[in-house]
Amino acid sequence: MIPVIEIKNLSFNYGEIKVLEDINLTVPENSFVSIVGPNGAGKTTLMKILLGLVEYTKGEVKIFGNNPDKVDPSLVGYVPQIKTMDRSFPALAIELVLSGITRRWPWFIKGEQRKKALGALSLVNADKLANRTLSELSGGELQRVCLARSIVRNPKLVVLDEPASGIDAIGEADLYNLLESYQRQSGATILMITHDWHVANHHSDFVLLLNRKQVSFGPPAESLSEQNLRFAFGHIGHIHKNKITN
Amino acid sequence: MFEVFSIEFMQRALIAGVLVGFLSGYYGVFIVQRGLGFLGSGLAHAAFGGVALGVLLNQEPLWTAVPFTILVAIGITWVKDKTNLGGDTTIGIFFSVSMALGVIFIFLKRQYSTDAFNYLFGSILSVTNTDIIVPAVLIIITLLLFPFWKRWAYSSFDRELAQADRIPVGLDDYLLSILISVTVVVSIKVVGIVLIAAFLVIPPASARLISRSFSRMTLLSIITGTITALIGLWISYYLDVPSGATIILLQAFVFFFVMIISRKN
Repeated sequence: MIPVIEIKNLSFNYGEIKVLEDINLTVPENSFVSIVGPNGAGKTTLMKILLGLVEYTKGEVKIFGNNPDKVDPSLVGYVPQIKTMDRSFPALAIELVLSGITRRWPWFIKGEQRKKALGALSLVNADKLANRTLSELSGGELQRVCLARSIVRNPKLVVLDEPASGIDAIGEADLYNLLESYQRQSGATILMITHDWHVANHHSDFVLLLNRKQVSFGPPAESLSEQNLRFAFGHIGHIHKNKITN
Repeated sequence: MFEVFSIEFMQRALIAGVLVGFLSGYYGVFIVQRGLGFLGSGLAHAAFGGVALGVLLNQEPLWTAVPFTILVAIGITWVKDKTNLGGDTTIGIFFSVSMALGVIFIFLKRQYSTDAFNYLFGSILSVTNTDIIVPAVLIIITLLLFPFWKRWAYSSFDRELAQADRIPVGLDDYLLSILISVTVVVSIKVVGIVLIAAFLVIPPASARLISRSFSRMTLLSIITGTITALIGLWISYYLDVPSGATIILLQAFVFFFVMIISRKN
């Protein structure tokens, strides 16, 4: 079976600066993977490489057996950080969801497409938000709409960049429940970038701990060991190791 | 009241006004939504260099201004793409270089030229058939390229999302900046170089205030651009005041009117 993601000896430099060094991992189907690391660890760069937005310097990256820039985009749903989104853009939530189907911005919405977009919104309990503009949505609501946008194309891989940023604790808990329920229903693989190792520990099947170099990759209990966390973050705060790995 | 429509030069001016009003309303939405207000101003001043070159070479200024401004637009997009410089800085460099070249070209001509003056402030008296044909052709091209609206709108909303969906945003930037530069050049006879930036920005900004979707904003911007150009030209004829300034003042009036109404609602 072709792995969803396969990375071999991946390195990436910005000029002279090594941003990623010697990353190796294989992600099987239907798994929940978190990429964890401090700010500047190379998480976003790795995500951009996987999405085919950035060309890597060395090594090999395959998504569904293809180079990232050759992957059929309908296989991948991407949820960017909502805080980077232009919420002043005049758009209805349903239009944003529809862009996930058409991969273009809609001029108008056809009946069939509306039905499909509303279906995706209702999967994330956001069908009532369909006709609100982006500026009328709270952070949590916008995150749900973005999630609907990514799953409306029935992707086999959903990539989320810091999905908890810009939303409150309740919205965050809702989001992870929705993600897990989508994964169960669809069999898709979820790849999430986060700096919160507690969240990664709780929800993931595999965790990549990153600080420019690959610190560890494996099941959370193994990957998020105290030693690994100290190596990646330089500290593990006031949380006891048992609370992390249990 | 309607004898204005029977005067030949006014007929040409009104047709040109409607055409460039349509174009600036359409392309203006991308300028406003991408935060490129300074681009319109930069390209208009770049056009001055092209116009001055035409004056120096005793050629129709439109034929030198179009390629000159396109080259500048490509230059701005290329430098922005290849360096870490901000858009405003890049535009500022090309803007001043083009103006400086324009000044040199006019100086080298060593005789007073009404052409350059007409282009600076706009002159409906100088609108020729060519000034109607070129924007008409550009509108046909724009309509043929309408599917690109969906790509440009997508990358105007979020460049990275569009890239992740395999939209060639870099290539689209070049195409859009070329079409905007031609829009700028064909509009300057009616509006004038000095005021063209406002002509590109005010109608879409007014439309933005009352639009809940980008398609509606585009439609309202085209309608506002077209109607204000038409009425502005008509008013300028009756009041015997400069056409460009009249159109811009009318557009500004519409903008503030819409702003007050939309805030009340």
